[in-house]
Amino acid sequence: MADNVVTMRSIVKRFPGVLANDHVDFEARAGEIHALLGENGAGKTTLMNILYGIYQPDEGEIIIRGSPVTIPSPREAIKLGIGMVHQHFRLVETHTVAENIVLGLPGNFFNPARAARSKIREFSERYNLTVDPDARIWQLSAGEQQRVEVIKALYRGADILILDEPTSMLTPGEAEELFAVLRRMASEGKTIIFITHKLDEVMSISDRVTVLRQGRVEATLETAHTSKRELARLMVGREVLFRVERKDMPPGEEVLRIEDLHVLNDKGLPAVKGVSLSVARGEIVGIAGVAGNGQRELVEALVGLRRAEGGRVSVNGREITNQPPKVVIEHGVCYVPGERLTGLVPEMSVAENLILKGYRHQRFCRGPFLDARAIYEHADALIEQYCIMTPSRDTPLKLLSGGNIQRVVLARETCESPDVLIAAHPTSGLDVGAIEYIWQLLLAERERGMAILLVSEDLEEVLALSDRIAVMFEGEFMGVVPAHEVDLEEIGLMMAGAHRRPLDSSSPERGTPPVREVSA
Amino acid sequence: MREFLLTVFSLSTLQGAVRAGTPLLLGTLGEVYAERSGVLNLGVEGMMIMGSVTAFGVAYTTGNIWLAILLAALAGGLLALIHAFTSITLRVNQVVSGLAITMLGLGVSGILGKRYIGQPPGVRLGAINIPVLSDLPIIGPLFFRYDPMVYISILLVVVLWFVLYRTRWGLSLRSVGESPATADALGVNVVRVRYLAVFFGGMMAGVGGAYLSVVYAPAWIEGMTAGAGWIVIALTIFAMWDPVRALLGAYLFGGVRVLQYRLQDLGVSPPLLNMLPFIFTILVLWMSAGEAMRKHIGAPAALMQPYVREERG
Repeated sequence: MADNVVTMRSIVKRFPGVLANDHVDFEARAGEIHALLGENGAGKTTLMNILYGIYQPDEGEIIIRGSPVTIPSPREAIKLGIGMVHQHFRLVETHTVAENIVLGLPGNFFNPARAARSKIREFSERYNLTVDPDARIWQLSAGEQQRVEVIKALYRGADILILDEPTSMLTPGEAEELFAVLRRMASEGKTIIFITHKLDEVMSISDRVTVLRQGRVEATLETAHTSKRELARLMVGREVLFRVERKDMPPGEEVLRIEDLHVLNDKGLPAVKGVSLSVARGEIVGIAGVAGNGQRELVEALVGLRRAEGGRVSVNGREITNQPPKVVIEHGVCYVPGERLTGLVPEMSVAENLILKGYRHQRFCRGPFLDARAIYEHADALIEQYCIMTPSRDTPLKLLSGGNIQRVVLARETCESPDVLIAAHPTSGLDVGAIEYIWQLLLAERERGMAILLVSEDLEEVLALSDRIAVMFEGEFMGVVPAHEVDLEEIGLMMAGAHRRPLDSSSPERGTPPVREVSA
Repeated sequence: MREFLLTVFSLSTLQGAVRAGTPLLLGTLGEVYAERSGVLNLGVEGMMIMGSVTAFGVAYTTGNIWLAILLAALAGGLLALIHAFTSITLRVNQVVSGLAITMLGLGVSGILGKRYIGQPPGVRLGAINIPVLSDLPIIGPLFFRYDPMVYISILLVVVLWFVLYRTRWGLSLRSVGESPATADALGVNVVRVRYLAVFFGGMMAGVGGAYLSVVYAPAWIEGMTAGAGWIVIALTIFAMWDPVRALLGAYLFGGVRVLQYRLQDLGVSPPLLNMLPFIFTILVLWMSAGEAMRKHIGAPAALMQPYVREERG
């Protein structure tokens, strides 16, 4: 007990309609990396937000280095030596690195940022966290921004450092660098609390792991004495399959064809720079890459939501470049958007959301009026077919869980058996069970002959589902490769900008990019 | 045409531009600070006119011009506190709250000011001639023959620029307007910073209004701000939330206001001239939108966003 730096006892936190933390006990020691594992909504972040003073617990006590404390605000947490790196970085984008680091601190009244620069450099060198104190945040990559967050905590004298899903925005290489920094800090006696839902990370970095499920602690274990399988079972509450059945099948004829596509981002800068790709019937092509490398702009251009500045998109040989979404839909393209609720109306019922796309059809109408009975029959059929867990077809969509909301989108988009499915991050934010279901659904559609373009930041997902993988970096494909010929490490390199000589050069007509020398 | 150009660029027009621009500058400096904290204050017009009536009343009764300006600042500040309370504490829509306060200010000032209509001012703030310098040809009248408020407002531009970009206060203020959650997580008191910024903005609007009634006019006329508060809000955008650009913008608009009267002598139709400041406002907003795009400068990211800490995101 004596070496427990952090002790949280019987913490209860309620939100309207949710018991986020249900009598949670948590301890962390000096010099350890303690993983806090759980699915989305298990209460990991809530628990740590309580430790950092962002939320107040409804019940329970917190003991820091042997003395009971209350932490009414982050300011108190910082005084207690607690630092937190949030999943979505808490940085002021338009300010410099140094300005972000000194914000809120006492110190020089005039030019507070300038005075801090030498100390920032010192931390940078000591922990190998290279970053320019005068750079503006928006100019930095996600990995660099995270370094700023870590330095920010160290600068405030944190010796208890909480990191919330720190690798979600990083390439595998950047994640390894971060892990090295964390190990160094732990070896100096700091306490690292690492929130994650990725089992591999728990196994590779943590000394101990606490598993949360539905707001309760399932177990606290020594990482060395447990296994991925056991952790998965604790986290989900049942046995989980790590493999999905993917039938080998030869791809059919080409359906979706993208040639030399150029697209601008919201700021009017080139985001997609001459990308070519084709997707065949019965094929899943995965687009891997760190967020913000042009995936969103590419997808939006394909479905008619963003203007293509150059190039061609065609479906079954018919050009759909820069056609409005309605025309794109009529050509058999369906779309699962990356931000789940952009494809849905949260306040409307499940049944209404299911006909958002098909309401123009004769089958749902009687003259100018909607045909309620046809709509309900349609809803009931899809609810059953896609196993949508909803109290009723009239329930407002926003009351459903993330996994079920995603089923509604997929049901609506795929029920008419279109030729092409463009799915952006279809499982982001979902728990393991829901992910499994979505994966199976995508594979079933593939077997039925759909051409699927899958955009995902989750490498495991891309590797598990895809026939071919295109890695996107700064608006270009670093290579388009058959999935069985690459491993995680190689894709990781390509995500960081290394070109790869495409191995499927047997099919140049598929529009693989011109061969380039490996540059990194 | 030659006559037109001579009128536009005459010494007296330029002098007039500075004087007519000063109340706009004062108001804009305040609004820059309020918006930098993330609170849009559409009540500027109401706060200015409350400043005008308060200043005139105090000057009329006491004969003390500085007391008049001080109390006008307080009147604007108090009205701003109402806006702060509704938009920061109650998190009501900032547009609605600001509009309500403008109407409140116009109404209350009308009632309070009834007895001052047509009265001579008790005292007025005249120009001071800076010795030697004011006697220089052209430069003298152009730079050194204004009332003290003109020089004070220019000094404020420098001070407020320095505070905004070079001090810890300014850093906190800018951070709260860009990303309140970040500032909060680092121990900055978001609510306090916003209250202070909005209060300061109201005080500056009050002083701007006072300038109109005890320096510029000097008289009390109902509704005498005549849209100056709205121009302040447009100027804040034109200034891209920067005190120095606010100075340029304010004098530019001051010039337009002066020309409104000067061009009338040349036979330009009065209704057209009355529209001039507002047509110019639209043009300026249009141009600054393009410039903001090019320079990647935007409004403070959290402008008009109420901040709540304990919310699941």
